[in-house]
Amino acid sequence: MQTHQYDVVIVGAGGAGMRAALESSTRARTAVISKLYPTRSHTGAAQGGMCAALANVEEDNWEWHTFDTVKGGDYLVDQDAAEVMAKEAIDAVLDLEKMGLPFNRTPEGRIDQRRFGGHTRNHGEAAVRRSCYAADRTGHMILQTLYQQCVKQDVEFYNEFYVLDVVLTHDLSAGTVPDGEEVSVAGVVAYDLASGEIHVFRAKSVVFATGGAGKIYKTTSNAHTLTGDGMALALRRGIPLEDMEFFQFHPTGLAGLGILLSEAARGEGAILRNSEGERFMERYAPTIKDLAPRDMVARAMANEVREGRGCGPNKDYVLLDLTHLEPAHIDAKLPDITEFARTYLGVEPYTEPVPVYPTAHYAMGGIPTTIDAEVLRNNTDVVKGLFAAGEVACVSVHGSNRLGTNSLLDINVFGKRAGIAAARYAETAPWHEMPDDASVATVEYIERLRDHATGERIADIRRELQETMDRNAQVFRTRDSLTTALSDITALKKRYRDASVQDKGRRFNTDLMEGVELGFLLDLAEVVVVGALAREESRGGHFREDFPTRDDERFMLHTMAYQRVRGDGQGTVELDYKPVIITRYQPMERKY
Amino acid sequence: MTALAESTTSARAEVGAVPSFDVTLRIRRFDPDNGAEPRWEEFTVTAHGTDRVLDAMHKVKWEVDGSLTFRRSCAHGICGSDAMRINGRNRLACKALLKDLDPSKPITIEPIKGLPVIKDLVVDMEPFFASYREVMPFLITHGNAPSKERLQSPEDRARYDDTTKCILCAACTSSCPVFWTDGQYFGPAAIVNAHRFIFDSRDEGAVQRLEILNDKEGVWRCRTTFNCTEACPRGIEVTKAIQEVKRAMITRAF
Repeated sequence: MQTHQYDVVIVGAGGAGMRAALESSTRARTAVISKLYPTRSHTGAAQGGMCAALANVEEDNWEWHTFDTVKGGDYLVDQDAAEVMAKEAIDAVLDLEKMGLPFNRTPEGRIDQRRFGGHTRNHGEAAVRRSCYAADRTGHMILQTLYQQCVKQDVEFYNEFYVLDVVLTHDLSAGTVPDGEEVSVAGVVAYDLASGEIHVFRAKSVVFATGGAGKIYKTTSNAHTLTGDGMALALRRGIPLEDMEFFQFHPTGLAGLGILLSEAARGEGAILRNSEGERFMERYAPTIKDLAPRDMVARAMANEVREGRGCGPNKDYVLLDLTHLEPAHIDAKLPDITEFARTYLGVEPYTEPVPVYPTAHYAMGGIPTTIDAEVLRNNTDVVKGLFAAGEVACVSVHGSNRLGTNSLLDINVFGKRAGIAAARYAETAPWHEMPDDASVATVEYIERLRDHATGERIADIRRELQETMDRNAQVFRTRDSLTTALSDITALKKRYRDASVQDKGRRFNTDLMEGVELGFLLDLAEVVVVGALAREESRGGHFREDFPTRDDERFMLHTMAYQRVRGDGQGTVELDYKPVIITRYQPMERKY
Repeated sequence: MTALAESTTSARAEVGAVPSFDVTLRIRRFDPDNGAEPRWEEFTVTAHGTDRVLDAMHKVKWEVDGSLTFRRSCAHGICGSDAMRINGRNRLACKALLKDLDPSKPITIEPIKGLPVIKDLVVDMEPFFASYREVMPFLITHGNAPSKERLQSPEDRARYDDTTKCILCAACTSSCPVFWTDGQYFGPAAIVNAHRFIFDSRDEGAVQRLEILNDKEGVWRCRTTFNCTEACPRGIEVTKAIQEVKRAMITRAF
């Protein structure tokens, strides 16, 4: 075992983690720990853009952006947080430009902007050009630019280190620590993939920036590595997860594969059509049609398929039509996604429409934080020194449905805030004792998994989990489907305890780490489903066919899910709720 | 075969209309911890429709031998984790479709060359990233930053567009015969990333970068074999970029 000490430890090296590191490393001794090389992080897969009311090409202002974000999130957004994000968006884009990000430009040389779903002029009048972009590889450019700046600042990285535990001064898992009591972070426990060695990092501040958990689903735009590690670690240590039942299904995944085709395609004029060739979004969102928010478009697509207007031999997808766009325009604005269609489906988007179907894309929920990225351990108390930013966190700026481009914005605005807050806190905070046995639980966990002589394969359990989540907790949900999912997950968790991995070695044991990651996925899927069962309404990304309308009387509340460990040592999910912060906008019916 | 895999198959078959087939992967295995010499191992799995090499490798890892070790993440050619030597050519396993590789013959899969092998298909990427870091791959400017964005015309932006696409997968560098024989050579990827800034109208660090690349291990080692351009999974004209850097070094025009 090796030990390290840093003022600030950042877990995760995607957009949020590296944006935090750029702030923190100039102020405090900082290490970034990532299970991947930083440039492999999934921020790089984001395509369409990052919204900010620069008003470079038409009238716009941050208040309209705030409103769109609140309405897009079906009013479950904390409005103070949305206002912070929309205001700071402008500087966030300018910061990136100054770091060298190669944005597309207007003829005058300004940062160009284009339309995106749910972003409108003057509270919904018409679509507005707000998304700043670099072709359809904006996330790639952000990830590269932030890494370049980390190289420039000589940020210290621990690459291919998996953080497997977070150490707190109190055990919160039984729910017995009184409200108001001061609880602090002491550090993290990590596993070095190359050597199999355990490293304990003592730190005054820890920032979680570990991204999402799309691998709870089978059909997903997410990377294989998006297994919700940070969320699950927090959950297991007694920290709640907020609004996890809200999962975004991106409308345009490549059919059967789930690979993302950016909303930018529709922003540039592409149209969704059913088997009758009808532009069906005209029926669902008469004003902004194909540029309605993702939850509405995904449901509309699923509904077209259910009602028999799907395409293909099994009528199980719809078509994204770009054929009326000029090939030169497609090449200039959408080069990557058209190449995906060619490579993976053999479809030529110049002349043929592309088969698409919704794909699990983004967790609106996550570790609850304040607007300064401090992690909450209940509705009011923060864990001192613990921060979270990006998809792992729930501020909540996305409410029950995130607008396109607001994730790249979120990681930049709240990553920056987290880095500053973590470094500031570390300036005056005391060191907390790292107990001698801090790594014991982690070591026992991985040794049990590795040394189990025989047992079921990790991959089999994972596949069954992903299948039941796709079938029972996707775009349409009912009490019956969710109950089925929950009983499946309970059975799979039991089987997981006796599972084993084939690779028994210490060197670069990815088999073992997939086993650990499956444990995270099982815990998170359970939280998603338990929250979804209890939320007997339909709002944003959560649609209950047995409760098809929004119910503000009962559910204008954030879900706070806790994993409580009782006598038998097994965790059960318990729910509480937290009020939504409403400042300017009273909830209205959501129409587009 | 599970029900799930079958449903995936049908979903894909209707799109790509390519039937299932058996495919044999001939994979270079090596684990220094078990004392054995590097060896070839063959696995035959059933693949479907539009499956990629990565899908077949996952099938081996998840259903046959969990110890088969390789890096992967995004699985659609964006993250750069899974560059490997497939049938003698560097590619991303997630972008190489089995049906395009003549699956009637065994498909050979080896680690990329010129970097130390850690285990199976996993190589030590540190020397690669060290070269990248040496070319100062970040925007260098002097003077005060403007209050708003720096202006850049669409033409100036287009000048370096090709080299912004790099995902640092190392497919180019590890396909370069000069790099194979001389690990000190910066390699194509580092030069591509220098190019990305040298030709960015906002950047003021070109002279410094050209000085670095004028080194005996710099651009002059390039023998224009075009392996790098052929290997690049992002379609970057790597050799052309290297030539442009060479020309800039002589003409000082950029």
